[in-house]
Amino acid sequence: MTRIDKNPSNGANAVEVRGMVKHYGETKALDGVDLDVREGTVHGVLGPNGAGKTTLVRVLSTLIQPDSGTAMVAGYNVLTQPRQLRRVIGLTGQYASVDEKLSGWENLYMIGRLLDLSRKEARRRSDELLERFSLTEAAKKAAMTYSGGMRRRLDLAASMIGQPSVLYLDEPTTGLDPRTRNEVWDEVKRMVAEGATVLLTTQYMEEAEQLAGELTVIDKGKVIANGGVNALKAKVGGRTLQIQPSDPSQLTAMAIAINDAGLDGLAGSQAVPDDGLLNVPILSDEQLTAVVGLLGARGFGITNIGTHLPSLDEVFLAITGEKPADAAEDIVSDAIPQEVSV
Amino acid sequence: MSTATITAPPKAPAPQTKPVSEEGRIGLRGNLRHIGALARRNTLQIKADPESMFDVLLMPIIFILLFTYVFGGAIAGKGNQGDYVNYLVPGMMAMMGMNISMAVGTGVNDDFKKGVMDRFRSMPIARSSVLIAKIVVEIGRMMVATSILLIMGFILGMSIQTSVLGLLAAVGLSLVFGASLMWIFILLGLTMKTAQAVQGMAMLVMMPLQFGSSIFAPPTSMPGWLQSFTDYNPLSNLADAARGLMMGGPVAHSVFLTLGWAVAITVLTAPLAIRKFRDKT
Repeated sequence: MTRIDKNPSNGANAVEVRGMVKHYGETKALDGVDLDVREGTVHGVLGPNGAGKTTLVRVLSTLIQPDSGTAMVAGYNVLTQPRQLRRVIGLTGQYASVDEKLSGWENLYMIGRLLDLSRKEARRRSDELLERFSLTEAAKKAAMTYSGGMRRRLDLAASMIGQPSVLYLDEPTTGLDPRTRNEVWDEVKRMVAEGATVLLTTQYMEEAEQLAGELTVIDKGKVIANGGVNALKAKVGGRTLQIQPSDPSQLTAMAIAINDAGLDGLAGSQAVPDDGLLNVPILSDEQLTAVVGLLGARGFGITNIGTHLPSLDEVFLAITGEKPADAAEDIVSDAIPQEVSV
Repeated sequence: MSTATITAPPKAPAPQTKPVSEEGRIGLRGNLRHIGALARRNTLQIKADPESMFDVLLMPIIFILLFTYVFGGAIAGKGNQGDYVNYLVPGMMAMMGMNISMAVGTGVNDDFKKGVMDRFRSMPIARSSVLIAKIVVEIGRMMVATSILLIMGFILGMSIQTSVLGLLAAVGLSLVFGASLMWIFILLGLTMKTAQAVQGMAMLVMMPLQFGSSIFAPPTSMPGWLQSFTDYNPLSNLADAARGLMMGGPVAHSVFLTLGWAVAITVLTAPLAIRKFRDKT
């Protein structure tokens, strides 16, 4: 095993990017990006298509050279020590980076051998990871016969063979159905629990909230916000609580009741009847309970409630005052409603 | 656009770089292990897609039958097809090498369309090992094709006039030359946008080289300007060398020219191909 230990000091940065610039012709894919990822954390890079997320990951995995700027990953200089760096990173791209003609097992074994594991160790590791990613049954089948979710899991397994200290996940759940997406999230959480540092790019606020502690929002190659997920959510307005009254005619009365109650932290929030639903922006679970409790105490009937996270659109709107450049088609489906049981 | 920063991005000084040491170097043993693992991959790809062996399995059979019975009578005289086989087989060994090595170009082009190349390139392996593994497997494919060609030749009445050693030398020479051609096709595969374009371009190069040569007919009946082309056509040199080694006659000049071509092509295109491969994104 050729794993090289992470920088030994605690709380150090596993990734430090300074002033990263990459042009493609006229397009500035990266326009002076700074980024810090603390060791052992999941750091989300949130942005729309074309924001520069994939370019950033490709620079940090030594696949492309930036025009200017510096980057240190796991104590290695990305530009001058690419060979050393490649020993300690794992990459799972947006497109499955496995050989589709080979079986799942053959893929993992090959990568084990390329990482200088002995034959025995490569076999052991392949079996172990297939088991862990629930692919044992499909181990001998060609990867091209796998479903989207299975392929992505195989991809993650492939990235884990070398036990990397820094793992890049470039939009790991784009194009996956919700169930498969949850499986991938569970795996990422496990990896982090085992001490890996993860740099995750995503278009989904929900994904960032699920996995990341710290968040960097980028747009058109520039960092437009940086901070904890909670801080960002507070800035954006957290979740929206949607309430469907049993009697639609009571919508207005309910809205007035909530706004007049002056619940702590809800000051200034608007409850507006819309499509037979009451939308209440909330910042915490306590507020959710308080709003529902208040409506119950006043004798209003509720048939359904749910919360939804702000979409990338709303995040961008709150931060920059404008929508992301090419959000029109791809980001519409961002607001994934979550049913809440009370 | 207004920039709203929740917390200012930290401006801590970058930590000092670890000393550039030898730990990133890949030794010879490591390189051989990587090439082995990647060659295994390319072999497994063939197993998963047996149709990709059609060129190797069928081309020698179809071509030798076609040329022997369609052109053989015309060139060597009706009823003398047997003599023509002795002339044709060494020439076809030169042709097969070129036809089969073309596949390496489309293969490399295809790999870049898939994410798997990103994984290889982000791993601690020499980037040339991906290419060398491809060449190793492709040489294996050439050996299969050459064996089938020789078996067909023997069935059609070919007889080696020299010795087994001469035959082995002819096979070895055509493999060396075929391997050098692969670098050209790899370069094409890395430069062209699609596998189809690679194939089209390769055909354009191959047809004049193959037919404007001594592979199928002695150039003595060709016009003078074409003869001067065939004289320096590496495929003619290889065909003449293989013919001499298998059927007797002078070989030194043509063997020397063939090896010269192989070295020149490799020295010119291999570094270009490896650099192109390294820089391709």
